[in-house]
Amino acid sequence: MSRSDVIVIGGGPSGVAAATALRQAGIGKVTILERERHLGGATLHCSHSPFGMREFGRVYLGASYGRRLEREVAKHDIDVRYGHSVAQLGEDGDLLVSSDDGLQTLSARRVLVTTGVRETTRAARLVSGDRPVGVLTTGTLQSYVAFHKLMPFRRPVIVGSELVTLSAIWTCLGHGARPVAVLEPRAQALVRAPLDWFPGLMGIPFHRDAEIVDIVGQGRVERVKIRRRGRIETIDCDGVLFTGQFVPEASLFMTSGLAMDWGSAGPAVDQSGRCENPVYFAAGNVLRAVETGGWAFREGRSVGMALAADLSAAPPSGSPVRVTHDKPVKLVVPNLIRSGASLPGGLKDFQLRFKRLARGTLSLDVDGREVWRHHATWRPESRIMVPRPEAVATAGSVHFRFVEED
Amino acid sequence: MNAERHLSVDEIYDVAIIGAGVVGCATARRFALAGARVVLIEKGSDILSGASKANSAILHTGFDAPKGSLELALVQAGRQEYLDIHKAMNLPLVETGALVCAWSAEEALKLEEIAEQGRQNGVDRLRLLSSTEARTVEPGLAGHVVAALHVLDEHVIDPWSAPLAYVNQAIALGAVVLRQCDVRKGTFDGSWTLETGLGEIRARWVINAAGLHGDHVDARLGFEPEFEIRPRKGQFVVLDKAASRQLKTIVLPVPNEITKGIVVCPTAFGNILVGPTAEEQEDRVRATVEHDTLEALVAHGARLIPGLAHIPVTAVYAGLRPATEKKEYRVIHRGDRNAITLGGIRSTGLSAALGLAQHALALHGGGDFSHGPTPDIRMPNLAETRPRDWQAEHHGEIVCHCEMVTRREIEATLSSPLPPGDFGGLRRRTRAGMGRCQGFYCNARLAEITRGRLAVPLAMDGETVP
Repeated sequence: MSRSDVIVIGGGPSGVAAATALRQAGIGKVTILERERHLGGATLHCSHSPFGMREFGRVYLGASYGRRLEREVAKHDIDVRYGHSVAQLGEDGDLLVSSDDGLQTLSARRVLVTTGVRETTRAARLVSGDRPVGVLTTGTLQSYVAFHKLMPFRRPVIVGSELVTLSAIWTCLGHGARPVAVLEPRAQALVRAPLDWFPGLMGIPFHRDAEIVDIVGQGRVERVKIRRRGRIETIDCDGVLFTGQFVPEASLFMTSGLAMDWGSAGPAVDQSGRCENPVYFAAGNVLRAVETGGWAFREGRSVGMALAADLSAAPPSGSPVRVTHDKPVKLVVPNLIRSGASLPGGLKDFQLRFKRLARGTLSLDVDGREVWRHHATWRPESRIMVPRPEAVATAGSVHFRFVEED
Repeated sequence: MNAERHLSVDEIYDVAIIGAGVVGCATARRFALAGARVVLIEKGSDILSGASKANSAILHTGFDAPKGSLELALVQAGRQEYLDIHKAMNLPLVETGALVCAWSAEEALKLEEIAEQGRQNGVDRLRLLSSTEARTVEPGLAGHVVAALHVLDEHVIDPWSAPLAYVNQAIALGAVVLRQCDVRKGTFDGSWTLETGLGEIRARWVINAAGLHGDHVDARLGFEPEFEIRPRKGQFVVLDKAASRQLKTIVLPVPNEITKGIVVCPTAFGNILVGPTAEEQEDRVRATVEHDTLEALVAHGARLIPGLAHIPVTAVYAGLRPATEKKEYRVIHRGDRNAITLGGIRSTGLSAALGLAQHALALHGGGDFSHGPTPDIRMPNLAETRPRDWQAEHHGEIVCHCEMVTRREIEATLSSPLPPGDFGGLRRRTRAGMGRCQGFYCNARLAEITRGRLAVPLAMDGETVP
């Protein structure tokens, strides 16, 4: 089998956009490995969310967006392998891949990982109680509905207050389930605008400062106990839906021993989207949770352009500089800086997020000298963009400083 | 062949075994191999639905078992039989070895004593290690380890495929397995009549392997209870497979009088588990996980093995061990009533099960059963240490990407002699849904595949959605 120039792992918006950009830049053989039977990634699950406005100039819903991506890859003569699941990333770009043909090793000059995100499970949230049937995440619910025309419950309690929570409520209401309550442990909804009024409008109680302290049920979920403003209450229900708290699907990096960034919980990447091991690149939501499909598409295209240039550029020399940050900044992407010839595209800005609500001054220090500052009230999980100054590329230290006000 | 059959009034079994945990499954196999007609009766919707579903999956040597105890003898007999049969049954043996780690000078003083007890228990491959030596054996250990005892022959196995293999062999020899069948009353008039939720069952002998309900079942059989089950809960966290790069050896604490303590341990499936806790409780059914405890377990793992610090949690679980008011096994032989109780198997049941089964057959006397050839049972391998189905051709497709479970594996288990009775049973047989996404990708697919086949269905009944 002929070796690919680039293998892209994951056929969601960022993977397809990158593959397309690579072909447009004249790269000969580009292969997408997709473990499912369709392109689209997470967008396939979302039967009612609009995608495609920015990249294709019109709106597609769920699966139809995936079909548009399939037409794009056909147009650009991209080799797509469905039902191909990558088991391991090798040091040298050799990939261990499983498919119906058995186990094989595929290799490429560069590998781009665009494996997206998933929601944090009940287990990883360490929620107390029994472990009955009927506890799941929005993505699971959406695949019940979208792919199998099934419903896992009728009266769920929903946890979370992100955009995806609205999607979860909408999916329930549209498919014969009636949420009995929406719970958010914080004092405020993460996405304030619609969540402050939408559940109420639908007649669903929305409890802030409320969390599940016990899931009860031997077979199926029977009820939950919640702590709401310090008091314990019981809610009868037949399911629990945990929404959001997305985390990068970066397991391949972790299990293969490639460098991670523990703030973003994704791979460590430099300003071109290149990993610590320069054979690997990453783009889209695997870099950090979570942005829209359109964002992932643009990021994929931009990193694809950098990757195309990297194929004919001199290999990077020296080890990259780690971008550091104070608390309660949760993550910075890119979190590595490499010196040397700058590639087109890549990650033009620093993307930051705060772990919790904080008021104070955020500044960027390059080699100990402040080059950017801004004072504000920073909301948890909201995207912050800081332009990446040219000077950063040759810096010995890059640090985001935060001085909090009382 | 299907394990479940309609009960016939005329049928009289040689042995009725109550409880299809690991001990009941092993006992069913042992009697079936001896030629007995066996019925295995389980209250839950699948086998292993009580204490046996949650343990640390270690195949013990017995190095720390009480000297001269029945437990020691049966752990060692059970272990030896596992070593003898595992290859033929295609069951894994992950030769991890264990380090009993002392984290203080005080604990270090006890290691020599533990080593001495181990040698008296016939466990020879033991080495006392300095801190440096311990960290050479296991580089993942935190620097503050003071000393360790290396027990080279403590191993890890697949805690669910093993009992399933035992019961499959019994089924191949004609044993009947009844699930969702509770025993309400037993009367003895030379042979036993058991009143159950599925009707009357007649048997010459009865063996109580009811675990957490062992004392209650003895009472229902008309016996004056000789022990009282005092459930001891154990919570566990399972860390992502990425953790397996950080630890290759079982890390045991210096034990105290009550419990073996919290273990940090590789699993056959490539994860690391931390647990169990030891919490006395009244309730025999609910085994809840608790946020603060789970958080403490995660922190404990990272304190002992610093490389675990950022590894995400894949799963959490809790189980109840059938402890009693005494530490030892409560094996009661009532020869005049044709009854054996295998009770109080509180901790080492997985290791001792095959030994307990041998012991039960010896107490029974063996009878005049006529036995035929031993049927071959080969289990599908789920262990990461050996080739799995996803690595082979024509597996259909991968349904569960986290655990790399193929459609062929799921279809095979659904058409096996003892198909899963509930979702837990499916997970234990295939690992589908056990991984880091906990079903984000495969759960709906599994709901479709298992429709009409599980006691608690994954999807709701009735109209499909518009």
